[in-house]
Amino acid sequence: MDQDAIIQSLITSLPEMTVLVAACLLLMLDLVWRRQRVAVIGYLAIVVIAIAALETLLIAGQTKPVYNGMFVLDGFAVFFKLLFCLITALCILFSIGYLQQEQIEHSEYYVLLLFALCGLMILASAVDLIIIYVGLELMALSVYLLTGFKRQSPLSNEAALKYVILSALSSSVLLYGMSLLYGLAGTTNIADIAAVIGPQAAIDPLLIFAIVFLIGGLSFKIAAVPFHMWVPDVYQGAPTSITAFMSVGPKAVGFAVLLRVFLQGLLPVSEIWLGLFTVIAVATMAAGSIAALVQHDIKRMLAYSSIAHVGFTLLGVVAGGEAGIASVMLYLLIYSFMNLGIFASIIVICLGSFGSERIEDYTGLSRSHPVLAMLMLIYLFSLAGIPPTAGFFAKFYIFVALIEQQHVALAVIAVMFSAVAAFIYIRIVMLMYMRSPTGEFAIHLKLPPQLALGITSVAVIVIGLFPSWFLTLAQIAILR
Amino acid sequence: MVDSAVNTIGFPVLSLIVLVPLAGALLLLWLKDDLQIKRLALLVTTLDLALTLTLLAHFNPDTHLMQFSEKYQWIPALDIHYALGVDGISVLFVFLSAFLGWICVLASWRAIEQHVKGFMCALLVMQALMLGVFCAMDLFLFSIFWEAMLIPMYLIIGVWGGDNRIYAAFKFFLYTLAGSVLFLVGVIVLYFEGGQSFDIQILMTQKYPFAVQFWVFIAFFIAFAIKVPMFPFHTWLPDAHVQAPTAGSIVLAGVLLKMGAYGFLRFSLPMLPLATHYFATPVVLVSLVAIIYGGYLALAQDDLKKLVAYSSISHMGFVTVGLFALNVAGLKGGILQMFSHGIITGALFLLVGLVYERTHTRLISDYGGLMKVMPIYTTGLAFFTLAAMALPGTGAFIGELLVLVGVFGFSKIVAALAVIGALLSAGYLLSMFKRVALGKVTNQALTNSRDLDAREVVTLLSLALFVLWVGFYPMPFLNIMHASVEHLLQQTQAQVVLISR
Repeated sequence: MDQDAIIQSLITSLPEMTVLVAACLLLMLDLVWRRQRVAVIGYLAIVVIAIAALETLLIAGQTKPVYNGMFVLDGFAVFFKLLFCLITALCILFSIGYLQQEQIEHSEYYVLLLFALCGLMILASAVDLIIIYVGLELMALSVYLLTGFKRQSPLSNEAALKYVILSALSSSVLLYGMSLLYGLAGTTNIADIAAVIGPQAAIDPLLIFAIVFLIGGLSFKIAAVPFHMWVPDVYQGAPTSITAFMSVGPKAVGFAVLLRVFLQGLLPVSEIWLGLFTVIAVATMAAGSIAALVQHDIKRMLAYSSIAHVGFTLLGVVAGGEAGIASVMLYLLIYSFMNLGIFASIIVICLGSFGSERIEDYTGLSRSHPVLAMLMLIYLFSLAGIPPTAGFFAKFYIFVALIEQQHVALAVIAVMFSAVAAFIYIRIVMLMYMRSPTGEFAIHLKLPPQLALGITSVAVIVIGLFPSWFLTLAQIAILR
Repeated sequence: MVDSAVNTIGFPVLSLIVLVPLAGALLLLWLKDDLQIKRLALLVTTLDLALTLTLLAHFNPDTHLMQFSEKYQWIPALDIHYALGVDGISVLFVFLSAFLGWICVLASWRAIEQHVKGFMCALLVMQALMLGVFCAMDLFLFSIFWEAMLIPMYLIIGVWGGDNRIYAAFKFFLYTLAGSVLFLVGVIVLYFEGGQSFDIQILMTQKYPFAVQFWVFIAFFIAFAIKVPMFPFHTWLPDAHVQAPTAGSIVLAGVLLKMGAYGFLRFSLPMLPLATHYFATPVVLVSLVAIIYGGYLALAQDDLKKLVAYSSISHMGFVTVGLFALNVAGLKGGILQMFSHGIITGALFLLVGLVYERTHTRLISDYGGLMKVMPIYTTGLAFFTLAAMALPGTGAFIGELLVLVGVFGFSKIVAALAVIGALLSAGYLLSMFKRVALGKVTNQALTNSRDLDAREVVTLLSLALFVLWVGFYPMPFLNIMHASVEHLLQQTQAQVVLISR
């Protein structure tokens, strides 16, 4: 690499650099302040994220790959980077009070979130299998630590241990798939892989192995059947704010990688993986929606609901094409808002002395806290996909993409599962609105989580009523 | 745009009709006092009713084209528009929805005591969405209104309903949702087959292959049949009706059930003519089952609301039988029957609600001799019972007569069997009236019941006015729909004739 190329590479990765350096600085700042002003570190982290997002916007448009073709900042990467910045900032907003409540207020929490964000942003830009692996590990290592952040809680420790072991296993499976692919194509660059594999007439059996391993590894990251078993336990044990983060951030990035690897690198051999993804999508929808029906713990229920949503999103991957990719991106954007919203409400309600996570404890919430109940109602109906919320349009556009590719039967199966899944959300609405309260709610709504609730609820309604702008955004940003 | 931008009123009247209740619901949120909330809700619905009357006054019955059209870009990437418009068929239902919305507020004046604000908000949102369904000229917009309605209705049944309200609310929600999502799939299939447009008028002009029509018809049929409800998709209805508060029952029976039939009229018949002809006989037979089976079930009920609910299934069977007879008399009769059934059943639910407020029982066996205690009430009950039996001089008579004439053209045997339904309705309604109103007062708890007050009498009289108007002079109603029905029939026949040559 000559000097120009190095400078160009550094500029293109400026947002990641900023986040990384700032995270290290915040870690030191905490030592200077002798662990006094932890909340301030949280606010500073939000400022850092805002700067990184701004930088991403400013340098967007340089679509030439840098770092020897390993790293690219195309529209697709910009879309996901901004999404990750938004997700992390919202998580920090509703973490600030929550950490105090749980007595785990350490600045490392915010620093680790920044590291995780850095990993997510690298993944959004990665067009090389090696970078993908590096990004995944950076993100995963930070999230392991955050999962076990409630050090005194055995449940949190168990969750972290489970997550580490299973995630390590899946990473090795992924790595094995990558190495097979490298052996076949002689390159780790995704675009080059497509160029090498594309023209081959006969399909190498090894390629099938490679693809199966890749799907296995990535299915774990996005929590698709049959690699979804870890989700309920880890989601339940982790601090709720981290559960919220895990349910959107790493999941969205899993899809970003999936789209890059399969709809770009392995698109020429789509007949191998299309059927597999179809089966996985239907099985994931089924497992998620049906298992969620019988949950009593709200975090476990949301874990299964997130699995069901993964199944839905996978349908967009199956549809493929421009509409398919755009539908996945739009779905992830909308899903992030509604899922973070519902988690923010759970955190706010648990912030009070009430502090329980059983679904029954939301009984009669509307009587004492009509506004909060109303917000939850909006998020829940959005998750169920009922108009005029954003969740409806997300599902609608996935169906459009599916039916455009003649997958009508798949669309019918999907709508049936969406009707089943609706039950789990309206059950919570029922408890909140149709039963008399059994206990006292003591909810202290501080400003930061209020802000998070405000942003997410407005987004869910506005995207639901005026989806045009966001749809265009996703359509502009698709992979080309 | 199709040359249908006929708007003889200077302002976008349809948008106003849809948005006024919505704005009213938002305004209500700032009020604290229950009485003020009720008054504002009444004001809003009165204003809405006045707007629909203006609409009717300016409506031109000589054309089948969409009138008062509005069309704005909404989601250009998918060619989705915010498009409203009414023709001779939908304008009647716009009026019906606004009218029954007004009745609902009056009916809830004393019946709703808890969370008045929430109830009135849900009711007004519900009204806005119902009006939206009948005005929408874009399939995407239609689906939004159609499906969004689940939220307020779920809450109305579940929060303000009877003892078993939660079960009923779930059943209503899941049944209707299952139908709605299938409808959505059908809509998207039509979108791709019909040149990537959601505009209803453009989709109507397309010719779809029979295979497409076949499957889309099935998807639409399930969605609409659940709403109507047709046998065997009717099981949610008795639960929902019985558990819902009075206003909820009125909305359900008066407007929601009509939406299923309206869906057939607006989408299945003109867009899928080949499949409509293919499926006409099975649909007519299923409707016939509903007429007779619903009537028999009504005979066996001891709960007043259940009786009216099952009679609805039977009467809606007449509607669908008329629509799928596929001739002018059947269609006109079906539409007129929808209109008068909306008013009469609304009134019957209101009457049940009025007496339930006083006695807190709906069991027929708890009543008897009500005539001696509440003479004014019993007069009303007698009038609407006779109206529901389709006595000559009431709206239902004209509707059922036209339907029978239409069905006679379709099949004489079916017509003969449908008459059994009419006989059954006389059976269960008269026996209900006898057990409730005549005889001796057996239940001492009834003796203290207060008779109707002025508000309640006005509510019932306004409903009775339309029953008699349609009964004695149905021409204005038939004239309004005439051009649109003729055009609809042409659309349904044209392609079939083409194929059969």
